[in-house]
Amino acid sequence: MGNDVMISLEGVTKVFASSATPAVKDLSIDVARGETVVLVGPSGCGKTTTMKMVNRLVEPTAGTITVDGTDVMQQDPVELRRGIGYVIQSIGLLPHRDVRRNIGTVPYLVGWDAKKIDDRVGELAAMLELDEDLLGRYPGELSGGQRQRVGVARALAADPPVMLMDEPFGAVDPIVRERLQDQFLDIQARLKKTILFVTHDMDEAIKMADRIAILNKGGVIEQFAPPEEILRSPANDFVRRFVGAERGLKRLGLLSVADIGVEEGPVVGPGDARQDARRVIEEWGFGWTSVVDDGELQGWIDASDLESVGSVGEASPKPFSAYVTFNSSLRQALDSIVTSRTQVAVVAHHDQRYAGILTLERISKEITA
Amino acid sequence: MTLAQASGQPFIDWSWIADHSDDIYVRSIEHLQLTGAAVVIGLAISLPLAVYSYRHQWFYSPVTWVAGVLYTIPSLALFAFLLPYTGLRARTALIGLVSYTLLILIRNIVAALEGVPTDVLEAARGMGYSRRQLLWRVEVPLALPVIMAGVRLATVTTIGLVTVAALIGRGGLGTFILLGMNRFFITATLVGSVLSVFLAVIADALLVRLERRVAPWSDRGLAT
Repeated sequence: MGNDVMISLEGVTKVFASSATPAVKDLSIDVARGETVVLVGPSGCGKTTTMKMVNRLVEPTAGTITVDGTDVMQQDPVELRRGIGYVIQSIGLLPHRDVRRNIGTVPYLVGWDAKKIDDRVGELAAMLELDEDLLGRYPGELSGGQRQRVGVARALAADPPVMLMDEPFGAVDPIVRERLQDQFLDIQARLKKTILFVTHDMDEAIKMADRIAILNKGGVIEQFAPPEEILRSPANDFVRRFVGAERGLKRLGLLSVADIGVEEGPVVGPGDARQDARRVIEEWGFGWTSVVDDGELQGWIDASDLESVGSVGEASPKPFSAYVTFNSSLRQALDSIVTSRTQVAVVAHHDQRYAGILTLERISKEITA
Repeated sequence: MTLAQASGQPFIDWSWIADHSDDIYVRSIEHLQLTGAAVVIGLAISLPLAVYSYRHQWFYSPVTWVAGVLYTIPSLALFAFLLPYTGLRARTALIGLVSYTLLILIRNIVAALEGVPTDVLEAARGMGYSRRQLLWRVEVPLALPVIMAGVRLATVTTIGLVTVAALIGRGGLGTFILLGMNRFFITATLVGSVLSVFLAVIADALLVRLERRVAPWSDRGLAT
């Protein structure tokens, strides 16, 4: 990665005056440009402290922290913070300023002219799907989800390359949280910010992270790896416990059908004779076969459909109640398998072109690999 | 007319009120001016002391101790002490009145600042507000509704206290109360006290309106 490191913490220690044991001890971590690193761990693991040292809301006792190659301790803290987007769980919108002014906080502080601020606020409101008529309201008049979105818009306002997010979607109900996460992932796909993200929720970490750092008490890193790797091979018992139940299922949620490829399955074409089709059904032993016409998936037939016809083309194939695509997660494929009568998922391309099948054995081999 | 009250005259001497309407008006204005000046000066002294105590914990106890001692001195005694030095002037009355506002205002401003939600402060610091910007653009504006409650209390208290300053000839409506006492003339005492209460009620109502003006957001729910 070399030059591409945007945030780097090296041997960082924080000892608070009120406590003998360090909150964070000799921690090293780096975030590449455009990458989202999620710090996750139980409460008291120092994840929030670690994050706050990056914008110097907490001053490190020892170690070096650089943002874009510059030591943060060499910078004026106020200037430093204006260049870093900051979102916290309680959001902390200014209750005495309307939404417009709240979103425009940092541009206002750094002295943009009114017109430019107004344009930018409009742009962000559109990006986060905040209605124009919300802009004149006070934060006390917003719903929880709206407040969180205003908080994110505010952090993005001056277009900072780096964002610090401390449980930014923590204060809303699970359904709203999911929506906000998806929306933010969409935005991040376009903006490519460098993000240090803190949460105690492993599922959120898996969803948001390019890499996850799992922290134990005292800011000790137990494992620092991409989500898929952490789920596949947890470094130790602490990580295994923290990742929790359904580790295999969570991992299947991260892998797509394209990652493991498809298997061959029973296929017949309209031109195939009745007895040939019967043989295909018998050989595979599923009791049915896919019907594919010139590459396109038509549906399926079983032996009873062939009773009064001379060739497959005269039978009428039944549509699949569900099939999966290469973009589907293995978790979705698994769902499709266990709900099908014959424990097989049919895989097709987006344009309905037939690709193959996926079986339980194939997926379970992937889980245990 | 002076001793008329004793001999079966009506309880309220309306003609006396009519004859003295100019005087009543002038004294009412004086009353308001003294109150206004005392509260404004009190605020000017309290604000920096309160902000300093808010930021430096150690300063809070001594400053409220001094203000507390001033507050407990009987007003009559305070004027008596001051008189030899400052004379029968408005200045004497003001020193006394201001010193009574300090405890109320300082305690209120400090409590108001401490009541500003910590998440708002943290977010504001995280976005790059400097200490000074934080104070004037976030902490003071957010503390304003509670500070205004203190100003209302100080104002109403001061309106009552001004009457005592009549003893040194600067008492606004208190002048009538004193006159009534000295001459057993109930009409004057009533005029002084009723108008004084009336001024307090009006001032309080006006300050409530002012508070809504300066903090329109506080009406619309301060959910955090």
